[in-house]
Amino acid sequence: MPKDQGIGASSKRREDVRFLTGKGQYTDDINRPGQTYAYFLRSNVAHGKINGIDTSAAASAPGVVGIFTAKDLEAAGGVPCGWQVTDKHGEPMKEPKHPILAEGKVCHVGDPIAAVIAESLNQARDAAELIDLDIEELPPVIDMRAAISGGPTVHDEAPDNICFDWDFIADNKEAVDQAIAGAHHVTTLTLTNNRLVANAVEPRCAIGEYDAARDEHTLYTTSQNPHVIRLLMGAFVLSIPEHKLRVVAPDVGGGFGSKIYHYAEEAFVTWAAKAVGRPIKWTADRSESFMSDAQGRDHQTKVELALDENGKFLALRCETLANMGAYLSTFAPCVPTYLHGTLLSGNYTTPVIHTNVKAVFTNTVPVDAYRGAGRPEATFQLERTIDKAAREMGIDPVELRKRNFIAPDAFPYQTPVAVQYDTGNYGATMDKAVAMADLDSYAARKTASEAKGKRRGLGIASYIEACGIAPSSLVGALGARAGLYEAATVRVNPTGNVAVMTGSHSHGQGHETTFAQVVAEMLGCDEANVDIVHGDTAKIPFGMGTYGSRSIAVGGSAIVRSVEKIIEKGKKIAAHLMEAAEADVTFADGQFSVAGTDKSVDWGTVALTAYVPHNFPHETLEPGLEETSFYDPANFTYPAGAYICEVEVDADTGKVDIASFVAADDFGNVINPMIVEGQVHGGLTQGLGQALLENCVYDENGQLVSASLMDYAMPRADDMPSFGVDHSCQTPCTHNPLGVKGCGEAGAIGSPPALVNAVVDALSDLGVTHIDMPVSPGRVWAAIQAAQN
Amino acid sequence: MPSISMTVNGKSVSGEVEGRTLLVQFLREDLGLTGTHVGCDTSQCGACVVHVNGESVKACTMLAASADGAEVATIEGMANADGSLGVIQQAFQDHHGLQCGFCTPGMVMSAADLLQKNKNPSEGEIREWLEGNICRCTGYHNIVKAIQAAAAAGA
Ligand code: FES
Ligand code: FES
Repeated sequence: MPKDQGIGASSKRREDVRFLTGKGQYTDDINRPGQTYAYFLRSNVAHGKINGIDTSAAASAPGVVGIFTAKDLEAAGGVPCGWQVTDKHGEPMKEPKHPILAEGKVCHVGDPIAAVIAESLNQARDAAELIDLDIEELPPVIDMRAAISGGPTVHDEAPDNICFDWDFIADNKEAVDQAIAGAHHVTTLTLTNNRLVANAVEPRCAIGEYDAARDEHTLYTTSQNPHVIRLLMGAFVLSIPEHKLRVVAPDVGGGFGSKIYHYAEEAFVTWAAKAVGRPIKWTADRSESFMSDAQGRDHQTKVELALDENGKFLALRCETLANMGAYLSTFAPCVPTYLHGTLLSGNYTTPVIHTNVKAVFTNTVPVDAYRGAGRPEATFQLERTIDKAAREMGIDPVELRKRNFIAPDAFPYQTPVAVQYDTGNYGATMDKAVAMADLDSYAARKTASEAKGKRRGLGIASYIEACGIAPSSLVGALGARAGLYEAATVRVNPTGNVAVMTGSHSHGQGHETTFAQVVAEMLGCDEANVDIVHGDTAKIPFGMGTYGSRSIAVGGSAIVRSVEKIIEKGKKIAAHLMEAAEADVTFADGQFSVAGTDKSVDWGTVALTAYVPHNFPHETLEPGLEETSFYDPANFTYPAGAYICEVEVDADTGKVDIASFVAADDFGNVINPMIVEGQVHGGLTQGLGQALLENCVYDENGQLVSASLMDYAMPRADDMPSFGVDHSCQTPCTHNPLGVKGCGEAGAIGSPPALVNAVVDALSDLGVTHIDMPVSPGRVWAAIQAAQN
Repeated sequence: MPSISMTVNGKSVSGEVEGRTLLVQFLREDLGLTGTHVGCDTSQCGACVVHVNGESVKACTMLAASADGAEVATIEGMANADGSLGVIQQAFQDHHGLQCGFCTPGMVMSAADLLQKNKNPSEGEIREWLEGNICRCTGYHNIVKAIQAAAAAGA
């Protein structure tokens, strides 16, 4: 019988009640007394020199409280980057300043130039129309290949528009070149990983407030990691010490990466609230989100895979151009490098791998991590190329993968790209997916599609990802400017109920429920007695936040450590109460007992004793029952799985319909199956959206052509199928106390190649070998025509 | 500024608004009913769906002044009289039809209108009806299940 509480139960989400009754509190739902509104005047050209900004007419418009430009912010720092990559010559990456408001030049459409503060948003917007801008347009740098081939530059610091030129692993290059030169077969594929916009349904919002009497700043913001914002903004931008700066990220309406980063608007409202002496709210409208939220992906890659006559992989060589956009966003440099190059071994035993990545500045919105971040790009390269190799060599695509899977008894497995996988069983998830997809009757389904005049295709993909980001010492050595542990305080109140202050941040993941399940399981109490507190630097000791599928693996482990300390202290108190030796005290189901006797005290008595310590071992123990832990993981976690997609393609129109999709994932142990499955559904839809629909497009002038939800095709309910998902293949993580791996990004990583492989399969007999994402009707139709001519 | 009055969740309300004020702004800013959300500026996302005279409407697409005299229902009015979740709300919780919750008020209001018009919609009909409601979190799978369950429960 399934459990109804604790680890493994599909507990219903407690947070749902407020969301379902309209009582959630998102940042834009907050209003502060005396609040004013900010409107940012943004560049409408991609590249230009600012010759003048005349704000005089705007300043006297009705309701205007203040107008600011870069010259008012001279004392402030630029928006910092949190990761430094060293290039193949040992040089640090080029890191041009990212000013809060444009200084002397504008570098992308949407670059903020001036900010108007007014009594109402309408007044701020009306006044901004009166600002007279004198901008001299410069030739824009848009296409990456053109960018690195001479011509105009985005920043003087990077005369070739290259931020860094990175080799990984440099020592493998010769071996890879030799293996490819001498191989029985080499499959080559050139592909694009299309640029995406995260489009969390809640637009970004920030409210700055300053309390002059206490000299304290507060920022309410739509963030996945309030402590990281406090650190970056306080220390590097505005020089505000932590104890004078509170950052609150209340209910947040989705992030998917785009709300990790420290943004200029956050720094501006925090700074300007002091300058005007009143709270300031800024809420992006959707068009502004398109022009100012960091975007995702945008890689162009050439892949070469060498195989022997039996289809064994011998070597892999990848060359990538990665678009950074106009400025370096918070984690941008690590996405195409350490979150990408390290995953190129995939689920396979490829002995030698080499990749070169050139990160390129362009006059476009900055690019940073988006659900999966680097791992989807690596997976897409590998899984598309393997599929092409299978076809070229006449080997079944499932069989070719199985021939190259790392065997289940080969763990821990040291890859040739630095990371060491702790556990896995890739054949098990593949077998599971094959069974779920009912491949035995595929031929009949294909015939049925053909009877309707449609072509049917079958697409297979495996994936692996590195999650639970990340061991601090490792990422520090790789250029991270922060540690990536997580903090948790567990406070047992005098009557025995529990408050958990976690540095993880929930913006849809359901932590308030899942984390309570973990604590309730450990303490043998009802989940309802456990409260999870997150999202406020004033309430939580510290935190690195939620991204990279790290919350349960790192944040959850920090909570486990604190609960373990609580139980240890509880045993000491219980031993004293029962006049027993501490070593003889056991704890189970909320009772402290002395082994081999009928003596026991309950949890409530111990909790109360900790706070009413009349009979208490004062010589050896302090009163109270509260513990804090900082958990720094020993390794990444490595979720993996196999996905199978079936599509129907209308060759006359090019339209692709997803006929079915199954996902078999290994997430290690699972805390709440219902929530895990929901995470997979959402990830799959984002991946399938990338593969089928979504594309962020700039024209040659750098105008963002897909700048609204009318132009950028989001996956909608009628684009998606119902999914078959399974997480019963479990190889628990060996190095965190819960044995968990994380599930947030998997769906977005494995699904794009599964879908594109299916589309190519449907059209391969026409001669189609590849179609870039999104496989829109126009592209499919054009690929068919091109293959036939 | 024109003054307007309407009934919102059964209560009479009135206010003075600029001509350009949208219904969603009036609900959120003047009435403090922040359960209705704004997710876009092109009438695409459906986070703002409310009922006006019994029909689902994108409240970002209607001027507050156009709702003068209307009966408006928002997510805040969807719970049972005793405060417990209504049938559709309960089905969303039971079937994990929400994650971040931002699209949810619009989804629930949209689903309520669908089930009013079609007591027993098929999966395809539900998916087609939700075409104007974007959810970035759930992949729609569990929203569809929740609406089917609500229909079965006689919502
Ligand atoms: S806010 Fe109304 S449809 Fe998006
Ligand atoms: S639950 Fe987050 S957008 Fe739907």
